[in-house]
Amino acid sequence: MEEKSLIEAIRALHDGPIRLMEVCGTHTVSISRAGIRVVLPKGIELLSGPGCPVCVTPQEEIKQAMDLAREKDTLLLTFGDLMRVPTKYGSFETLKAEGTDIRVILSPFDAIRIAEENSGKRVVFFSVGFETTAPAVAATILEAKKRDIKNLFFLSAHKLIPPALRALLEGRRVLIDGFILPGHVSVIIGREPYEFIPRDFGIPCVITGFEPQDILEGILMLLQQKRKKRAEVQIQYKRAVRPEGNPRARALMEKVFEERDSRWRGLGLIPLSGLGLRESFKDMDAQRVFELKEPEPIPDPPNCKCAEILQGLLKPPECPLFGKTCTPQHPIGPCMVSSEGSCSAYYRYGDGEFYA
Amino acid sequence: MCLGIPGKVLNIKDEMAEVDFGGVKRTVSLLLCPEVKVGDYVLVHVGFAITKLEEEEAKETLKLLEEYLGREELD
Amino acid sequence: MHDKVLLAHGAGGGASYDLIRKFFLTFFSNKVLQALDDAAVLSLDGSRLAFTIDAYVVYPLFFPGGNIGKLALCGTVNDLSVMGAKPLGIAVAYILEEGFPMEDLERITSSLSEMAKEVGVWVVTGDTKVVPKGTSHGLFLITSGIGLIEEGVFLSGSRAKPRDVVIVSGPIGDHEAAVILARGEFAIEGDLKSDCAPLWDLVRSILKVTKNVHVMRDPTRGGLATSLWEIAQSSKVGIVIEEESIPVRREVLALCELLGFDPYYLASEGRLIVIAPEEEAERILSAMREHPLGREGKIIGNVVEENPGRVLLKTKIGGHRLLEPLMGSQFPRIC
Repeated sequence: MEEKSLIEAIRALHDGPIRLMEVCGTHTVSISRAGIRVVLPKGIELLSGPGCPVCVTPQEEIKQAMDLAREKDTLLLTFGDLMRVPTKYGSFETLKAEGTDIRVILSPFDAIRIAEENSGKRVVFFSVGFETTAPAVAATILEAKKRDIKNLFFLSAHKLIPPALRALLEGRRVLIDGFILPGHVSVIIGREPYEFIPRDFGIPCVITGFEPQDILEGILMLLQQKRKKRAEVQIQYKRAVRPEGNPRARALMEKVFEERDSRWRGLGLIPLSGLGLRESFKDMDAQRVFELKEPEPIPDPPNCKCAEILQGLLKPPECPLFGKTCTPQHPIGPCMVSSEGSCSAYYRYGDGEFYA
Repeated sequence: MCLGIPGKVLNIKDEMAEVDFGGVKRTVSLLLCPEVKVGDYVLVHVGFAITKLEEEEAKETLKLLEEYLGREELD
Repeated sequence: MHDKVLLAHGAGGGASYDLIRKFFLTFFSNKVLQALDDAAVLSLDGSRLAFTIDAYVVYPLFFPGGNIGKLALCGTVNDLSVMGAKPLGIAVAYILEEGFPMEDLERITSSLSEMAKEVGVWVVTGDTKVVPKGTSHGLFLITSGIGLIEEGVFLSGSRAKPRDVVIVSGPIGDHEAAVILARGEFAIEGDLKSDCAPLWDLVRSILKVTKNVHVMRDPTRGGLATSLWEIAQSSKVGIVIEEESIPVRREVLALCELLGFDPYYLASEGRLIVIAPEEEAERILSAMREHPLGREGKIIGNVVEENPGRVLLKTKIGGHRLLEPLMGSQFPRIC
């Protein structure tokens, strides 16, 4: 369906204030880049939930990786998204500027090649991401085991989306009228893990793709559910998401990883919301090999409201630091540093009213 | 999360595929989608195909991407 | 300010901007420098000279479409050209790494020399230093140029006026995209060439049909978005451009998709931005399109009074998006 007709259809269906939450950093960026907030009728509020791995990886986990990177003969690999995340102790970018060997990779497979090319070093991959990325890392771990690579280790900071959604809803602090569910996480996990949302909380959900057309269609489908007073998990992103997800990817993930409790920046401890390597892969598990202890939680800077913003309780301008001490050029909290963070997107694109 | 890019499988060797993303190519792992064949469209994330896209639907994505960005063949 | 220099400080975006304004300018404050255009304008007996300098640290040294030598010559010629200055002389300083192959030095110098001949400018002075092995990527180049600004031509980033049109001479981002591919870090293959080219001839053809042009700029490090932002800041105007009008090659777009990059922040080294009064648009476009380097020239937007200092991108679906200056190089994203 054409974007313009989608926008008209949304306008026609829209009948009162509605708060829709997306939980995927890529959605935050797509929405902002397409200028979707500007074209939506007033009253449709788009909230950004805890779907940005950059935003939800707690400071202490990043610090743990930074400490490892500093050790002799150690090479740290990570995804580019993390390079600028600010912590009390600096960022990977500033650490790199000091001469620490930190490299950005585009695929976990690159870690195997780099480990083979640097046999004299301990290569540690600080692995972050949700269910979209974990299977790829699992496949890489299996391949590394097959090739008997002895100098490659994985520090897993992977987290899972459905437990975070459950924690958000059970907290009962946020009023959400509909979820724009992450398209690519859903490629892996399918529809079933989200069923509890309409079933236990009566909230409509649509698994949505990332093109502007997809997002507009997703919003329209949510409005339609609300209008019909229905609540279910629908799939808008049919070209990529099967209701059953990708069973093979899940199988690999389950073979390599096990669920464990995990701390989310801003949200705190969420049971069984993270992934760690299983015992059978202990030789590649950085936590075990380097005897890493559970890191001390590092609190966010005083007055930083990222926690509330990640839960959709506050809007960025309601944070006392927003736009004053915390800007994209000098970010204090993760919501500002990541281009996918709510605050960063808000700073750049406003609420749409900016361009009235 | 997360960038997933549609591309067309040009050839396959040992569970690795050469994929064309509309002008640039990259080698991609098929470990998560072993059933993929040459000519299929796949969605790629961090160098792995995470699902097969139905050709019609994939072309839709590529067309959407191109239309959305308002560009035609420039060269 | 950070207490250490970061790669971001050299990326041509916001961090570079900060470094110049908040640090260097405190040491060198004078009204010539403060204009902060691509070249400085010095007066001499009623004539105006443009004077510029650039350092080239590109890696790899050779890439499809050129090499560091060609890049250096074009870069400096272009900085003069966008001030409307005919290049009079170029100086080149080589910083060579011990062990650098003479064959590569020959190829690079030969390219530089060919480019200079093509432009019709001489390399009139230079310097050479050698540093110990391991302290550079093989070769750094520094080029400086001086040119004579034509009478009646006043080009500066501070001269954009509301209702001016914004024109670009061709697809953006080719150079940086080609260099990223050539670096081979991400095992991506593509058929992209740098757009590296000297712009003096194109600029001259445009100035021949009209001198009523306000700004010319070549969108190098930081890309189109950063260049336009600097102009918006300097001229204290708003700039609105349309996503649908901005030419970008599909291969560049595909690369951007793969890395999570924004094409508006990728450097070009042979493209021209022209900002001029509305009534000059047709004339300028005609002259541009007749030139081999400007065949794909288009109007991409215009200058407005609203939101001074900001660049707005109108999206295809009718939305808006602010284009902020690049804050340090783009890191590839997976998210």
